[in-house]
Amino acid sequence: MNISSASKKDPELGLPEYVQQTAETVLYVQGLKKKIRGKPIIHDVSFDVRAGEIFGFLGPNGSGKTTTIRMLVDLIKPTAGEIKICGHDVNRDPEQALRHIGCIVENPEVYTYMTGWENLEHFARMLRDIGIDRINEVVNIVRLEQRIHDKVKTYSLGMRQRLGIAQALLGRPKLLILDEPTNGLDPKGIKELREFIRMLANEGMSLFISSHLLSEIQLMCDRVAIISNGRVLAVGTVDELVEQAGSYVVWQFDKPEEGRKLLAGEPDLRLIAPDEHRIDEGLLANLTEASITTMPAERIPALVEKAVRAGIGVLSVQRIAPTLEELFLKMTEGEGIG
Amino acid sequence: MDRLLPLIQNETLKIWKKKRFYVVVLVLLVLIPIFTYAQMKIAENNQKNFRDWRSQTMQQISDYQNALSSERIPEEWKRFRRIAVQQLQYYLDHDVNPRSPDGVTFTRGFMANSVTLFYPLLVLAIASDLVSGERSSGTIKMLLTRPVRRWKILFSKLVALTLYVSLIVVASGILCYLISGAIFGYGGWTMPIFTGFLINGSDVDSAAVHAVPQWLYMLMQAGLIWFSSMTVAILALMVSVLVRSTAASIVTMMAAVIAGTILANMSSSWTSAKYVFAVNIDLTGYLAGSPPPIEGMTLLFSLLTLGGWAVAALIVSFGVFTKQDILN
Repeated sequence: MNISSASKKDPELGLPEYVQQTAETVLYVQGLKKKIRGKPIIHDVSFDVRAGEIFGFLGPNGSGKTTTIRMLVDLIKPTAGEIKICGHDVNRDPEQALRHIGCIVENPEVYTYMTGWENLEHFARMLRDIGIDRINEVVNIVRLEQRIHDKVKTYSLGMRQRLGIAQALLGRPKLLILDEPTNGLDPKGIKELREFIRMLANEGMSLFISSHLLSEIQLMCDRVAIISNGRVLAVGTVDELVEQAGSYVVWQFDKPEEGRKLLAGEPDLRLIAPDEHRIDEGLLANLTEASITTMPAERIPALVEKAVRAGIGVLSVQRIAPTLEELFLKMTEGEGIG
Repeated sequence: MDRLLPLIQNETLKIWKKKRFYVVVLVLLVLIPIFTYAQMKIAENNQKNFRDWRSQTMQQISDYQNALSSERIPEEWKRFRRIAVQQLQYYLDHDVNPRSPDGVTFTRGFMANSVTLFYPLLVLAIASDLVSGERSSGTIKMLLTRPVRRWKILFSKLVALTLYVSLIVVASGILCYLISGAIFGYGGWTMPIFTGFLINGSDVDSAAVHAVPQWLYMLMQAGLIWFSSMTVAILALMVSVLVRSTAASIVTMMAAVIAGTILANMSSSWTSAKYVFAVNIDLTGYLAGSPPPIEGMTLLFSLLTLGGWAVAALIVSFGVFTKQDILN
């Protein structure tokens, strides 16, 4: 895939600033604002996505994620602010700007009364110089060869998702925008999608992925912007962010009561009551009678040893990231990393 | 233009794949035989009661004249009858049967009677969900995020719509001819038809009347039907841009068309109703010389009024479609 040619341009050619921007920045968003029927929805959104990175866009439902994405792809006109894709302004020059992106906004909605192949032909006709070869290529990339000539109404959600991605990839975009891509997928589908996204990034494509789940962003993304109530609270690498949030250490002992007593005696460790933690319940489902703590991670090996010496078997110790709400609590307390 | 052709191909294909045109053809295939059968029954009945078409026409004239002398019939109706009498007399004088039982005459009558309601309905079946359908299915998000300007997308939809409206007019004519011809025979192409009746109040000025062969008359009539159908199609396109749901879009347009038909029958006292588009869609009436719904309306007036509505609708459609935020 010929993705990275633009990003390898020499930045020392003395080109105007906006051309240099294209050299590293695929998507540039500055001071974005949107009012809908007089009501401000997006107050201030700024970030940039660099070539070849997976960029997460994290925020709870209703925080303005989808509205922002719709502005990125010219479905909604911003009230103020600037969006540039590979140096082209989306509002002033949509034909040039949109050529470099592929996107799925919310659900992968394609024409259900046509076959997958007919859908791809339809969208290929909207691009320049995309022929049968490229359609075959994207069908192979998303592994839809078996069913591509069936009507889309017979497809499962996962298959529609893949067809949507195939459609988005047709024009060899530099940036792929996916809005909550794991919504409605089963665990196997989510895993496949994650691998697929990694593969695309390895080939040099930039990806912009929105989600309301911190764990998901953690698994997939290099950098992340956090949005809440129409404002970007922070932009940074995922590691910075998780460090900021702190993580829980969850212990599981063969003798839960004695283990808990042992932990309670530790000085720099805090035991969290079962109803006070902020961990996704799904992650705790297999950890019956676990003790949830916050503590410095480097103390874990010593503590395991201590437990063993005390005759308490350690079944598992794991670090679990808190939910997004916890992160927001931390950030709005004034400890934001931005 | 070479960039627009693939887009037009897309829109044409989508309408085809939605099987809307099949529905139109199916409706025609059901309705035309029914009307053909009814016409056949009438013809049989007339054959029993009258020696030939001349005596039938004379009987009709005397029926109308009897009605004219009656006190109970409103003046409005009398005007129509007086005009009809003069026209029938003209046919009689020139020894031409206005109701010759053949496939072409039946097709001409069917198409002329369909222009006010049936053609608009068929057009709406295709036009009403052109944009609203994309919105309710969500596919508009895919369509508008491709590197193609919005006006080009709407323009290609308009071209595809024009193609299908033309196809409806042609297909209805051909189907009608083929089906009715099987009963009445396939002749009648060269039969003379009188056109050019000028109506002044309740008098018919026959100075400009001339005979044209029926095939030419059919062609002129089809052109007028196409014009009024296109106006309905363009208005429906506008409504489908403005309204999110396809059902609402169909209901809005149907209400407008039906209201126009009713208004056309209430006519005379409210003369400014002549600027309503639906009052003007019966363009074929001018060709046949039937009195206009409101006095003073002429073919040119109706063409200009419909054209004005169409242009305004196009301005609104393109203005809104290229600027609107896609929020749903």
